[in-house]
Amino acid sequence: MSIWEYANPVKFMRTSSAILPWVAAGAALCLGAGLVWGFLTPQDYKQGSTVKIMFLHVPAAMMAINIWVMMLAASLIWLIRRHHVSALAAKAAAPVGAVMTVIALLTGAIWGQPMWGTWWEWDPRLTAFLILFLFYLGYIALWSAVDNPDSAADLTGVLCLVGSVFAVLSRYAVNFWNQGLHQGASLSVKAGERVDPTYKYPLYLCMLGFFLLFVTLLLIRTRTEIRRRRTAALLAREVRG
Amino acid sequence: MIELGKYAGPVLAAWGVSLALLAGMVVQTLLADARARRALEQVERNRG
Repeated sequence: MSIWEYANPVKFMRTSSAILPWVAAGAALCLGAGLVWGFLTPQDYKQGSTVKIMFLHVPAAMMAINIWVMMLAASLIWLIRRHHVSALAAKAAAPVGAVMTVIALLTGAIWGQPMWGTWWEWDPRLTAFLILFLFYLGYIALWSAVDNPDSAADLTGVLCLVGSVFAVLSRYAVNFWNQGLHQGASLSVKAGERVDPTYKYPLYLCMLGFFLLFVTLLLIRTRTEIRRRRTAALLAREVRG
Repeated sequence: MIELGKYAGPVLAAWGVSLALLAGMVVQTLLADARARRALEQVERNRG
């Protein structure tokens, strides 16, 4: 069995229909438990209760970047192998990524005001994130602006390649420039404890919940796009007679 | 009782905005899917 079988819309619809309830249940369970656990954590000795914002900000920021990376992979598959499902998956993921970016930007600003004394700073990571958000908007707008779906997939695929620079910068800007207000990564595989276990485990659960929520939404939205494409194809066939 | 201290405003604002956006995205996704399903069913029914 090859992974490319799932590029067949019929196979994709059948498989996604079977796994969707399980992924959705996992998302609801992890996100619900993670958020309740996170909200009930004690106040931090330095940040006070604003530490609770981390349970939304960190997973949303992580997903904002990773969704763009997923879109990049799907766009490359489209550009190289011309599988329609991959182009539709990239299109389906974009609004979810845009919402995740908005959540990361808003929660960051709301946390920054009491902690840094400012809502916004033209810091490398914050700026790269804002540009990433603009790329999301541009990507969504480009899909809507081009009538021919294959041309739209080609153009948005190229836009996705360009925007990937900012997705990478959003993640590594702190390391590249080593300046600005934003601190380094909260969680890292490198040695050294950055987050106390009191906060770390609910944060892991929230991250898993956000990831599963994204997979759930991606599957539903890709199914929606396949149905729309099928409807348009049938209508076009009727018009041609 | 959860103690939010002097930062109750920012914490509740951040959580409120985020949960509203997440819920809105879920609802919009489900409504769009239901619409697309109905439209496809209609076209397929018309074709016989």
